[in-house]
Amino acid sequence: MSLLELRDVEVVYQRQGRPPVRAVAGASLTVDAGQIVGLVGETGCGKSSLARAAVGLVAPSAGEVWFDGRPLRALGRRSRDHREARVQMVFQNPFSSLNPRRRVGAQIADGLSILGGLSRSARNRQVGELLERVGLPPSAADRYPHEYSGGQRQRIAIARALAAEPAVVVLDEPLSALDASVQAQVANLLSRLSRELGVGMLLISHDLAIVRHVAQRTAVMYLGLVVESAPTRPLWEMPLHPYTEALIGSIPHADGAGRLPDPLAGEIPDPARPPHGCRFHPRCPYAFDRCRVESPPLVTAAPAREVACWLHEPGGELAPPSRRAQPVS
Amino acid sequence: MSDLLDVRDLRVELPGPRGPMPVVDGVSFSVRPGEVFGVAGESGSGKTMTALALLGLLPRDAAVGGEALLEGQDLLRLRGADLREVRGRQVAMVFQDPLTSLHPMLTIEQQLTEHVRSHLHVSAAAARARAVELLTEVRMPDPAGSLRAYPHQFSGGMRQRIAIAIALACEPRLLIADEPTTALDVTVQAGILRLLDGLRRTQSLAVILITHDLGVLSSLADQVTVMYAGRVVESGPTGEVLPRPRHPYTRGLLDSLPHPEAAEDDPLRPIAGAPPSPSDRPAGCAFHPRCLYAVDACRSEVPDLVAVAAGRRLACPVDPLAAGEAAVG
Repeated sequence: MSLLELRDVEVVYQRQGRPPVRAVAGASLTVDAGQIVGLVGETGCGKSSLARAAVGLVAPSAGEVWFDGRPLRALGRRSRDHREARVQMVFQNPFSSLNPRRRVGAQIADGLSILGGLSRSARNRQVGELLERVGLPPSAADRYPHEYSGGQRQRIAIARALAAEPAVVVLDEPLSALDASVQAQVANLLSRLSRELGVGMLLISHDLAIVRHVAQRTAVMYLGLVVESAPTRPLWEMPLHPYTEALIGSIPHADGAGRLPDPLAGEIPDPARPPHGCRFHPRCPYAFDRCRVESPPLVTAAPAREVACWLHEPGGELAPPSRRAQPVS
Repeated sequence: MSDLLDVRDLRVELPGPRGPMPVVDGVSFSVRPGEVFGVAGESGSGKTMTALALLGLLPRDAAVGGEALLEGQDLLRLRGADLREVRGRQVAMVFQDPLTSLHPMLTIEQQLTEHVRSHLHVSAAAARARAVELLTEVRMPDPAGSLRAYPHQFSGGMRQRIAIAIALACEPRLLIADEPTTALDVTVQAGILRLLDGLRRTQSLAVILITHDLGVLSSLADQVTVMYAGRVVESGPTGEVLPRPRHPYTRGLLDSLPHPEAAEDDPLRPIAGAPPSPSDRPAGCAFHPRCLYAVDACRSEVPDLVAVAAGRRLACPVDPLAAGEAAVG
C-alpha cells in the first residue's frame, strides 16, 4: 500500500448558469515514501486541481484520497487531525504564499506548533535546523520575506512545509517562478530532501525537462485524465502515449543546432465540453475509428508502465506510437 | 548585407535608493535584416530595459545614453510624433503576456484596424481586409470570424498570435519580442517559434528575441548575446556560443539547465548564489562572487568586451574555457 493514493479522483467545479467543469475526470496516482513523482501536463489539464484534492484543499466529487492507510478528509471548518497534517503543500509563488508582515522564523514555527509540546528554545533551535536544511543561515529566522530573493523565499516555503514533519509534500509548480540557475538549486534541494528525510513528493510542473532530473516516476495528464504513467527514464526513452511523445518533441534544446521544436496540432479543448472517445483524438496524428467513439482506460502495458491509448494493449509488444499505429492507407 | 540596427554603448540608469543605478551599462550590438538576434539573461540582467530603451518606453525618470541607429536614425533621440511614426511603422514589439498587452474591451477588429488606419491612412474596408490578411498570416483559424471576438475568448497561444498580427500590421522592419513564449505551454510555444521563423524568412523581418530560455534561443536565433548585471558578457553566432561557451556565466547557465540527454537522476549543476540586484553590484566583474575561475583582477577591474574569434566577443580576460575541451556535454 502506498503512502499517498489517489483513486479515480474527480474534481468538478459548479458554475452558475453554465455546465459544470470536470477539471479532473477520474485520475489515479500513488506516491511512496522517499519517492518523487512528477505530474506534468499543460495549462488546463487539471494538474493543480488534482494537487489540491491530494492535500484536501478541494473535496473530490468522486473517488478517494488515501493517506497512510486512511481516507484523507477534505479541509473543513474544523481543524485537522494531526495525523493529516503530515501532508503538506508548497505553492508556486513564494511572494504570495509567505506572509510579508511576519518574520520568517514565526512562519516556520507555525508548522512546529502543530506537533505541539515544544519549549520556546527548542522551537527556535528547530527553526534554525530547518533553515539550515534548506540551505539558509539560522539567522534568517529574524528577517522578513521581502529581504529574500525568489529562490530563497521558495526555500523558506519548503522549510515551513517540512516543519510539520510531513510524510508527503505536494508541490505545485515550485520551480516555475525561478530563474534557471536558481531553479536548478531548488530542484537539487528537493532531490536531497526526499532522499535524506524519506519524504514522498508529488511535484506538479509544466516543465518536463526539470521533472526528468528530479522525479523517479512521471505521470502525464491531459484534459483531466492521467494518460501515461511510468518510471521517468523509460518514459523519456520510449513514450507510449502520442501526447507524451508530442510533449517531449516540443521541448527546445539549448545545443545551438538551430532545430525548431515540433508543434502539436490544434488547441487544448474546453474541459467543460471534452471530445467524445479519447480526449486526445482530435489532436492525435495516429487516431483511428475506435479513438473517436471509445475512451481508452489506463492499462498496464508493461511492468510499472501504464498508458491510456488504444494503440497499446496489456501484454503487447512495447513500441512507440508511430510503430504501433496502422499505416494510413 | 548592411546592418538595420546599430546599438552603440547603450546606457540606462534608474534612480535608486543610493543614487542612480546602472541597469544597462554600455551595451553594443547590431542586427541585420532577416536576422534573429537573441538576448539571453536572467531577471535583472537588463535585457528588457535594453528593449524598452529602443522603443522609447522607459520610465520617465530613466536616464539614457549612447545611440541606437535604425538605418542612420537615432531611436534614442526621437520624441513625440517622430517617435510614434517609427514605433509601429518600423519597429514593433511583442510582450510576454498578451492578456495585458491586448485591450480587454475592444474587439480584435478594433485593435487591428486602429493601428492600420492610424499609420497607413487607408479606408475602413481596406483596413478590415488587411486585418483578415494579417490574421491569416499568423495562422489564426477562422480569421474573418475572429475579428468580432474579444481577447478573453482566445487561448494564450492564439492571443499571442493576435499580438504578433498587430505588431506586423504596418510591416515593420524590426520586431522586438520580449519573452514571447514564456507564458505559453511548450506545444504552443513550438507553433509561435515556427511562426516567427517563417516571418523572418519570407519578409526579411529582423527580430530581437529576448528570453531567459536558452532552448528557445537556440532554436531560432542566429546570433546570441548573453547579459549579466547590465553588461554583455559574451556574444557570437548561436551555433558556436551554445555548444562552446567561453564565459563562465554562459557555461554555468547552460550547465544548470535540465539536459534532455542526461542520465536519469543526474543532479543539475547550478551556479552558486544569485544574480546581484542593480543597486548592489559587486565591484570589478559583476559575476566574480559566483565564478569558479575568479582571480584577483576580477574583483577590481570591470572586464572589457573584446573580440576573441571571428564574430565572437567575450568579457573575461581569464578566459578559462578557451581550450576546446570545455564543450558542454
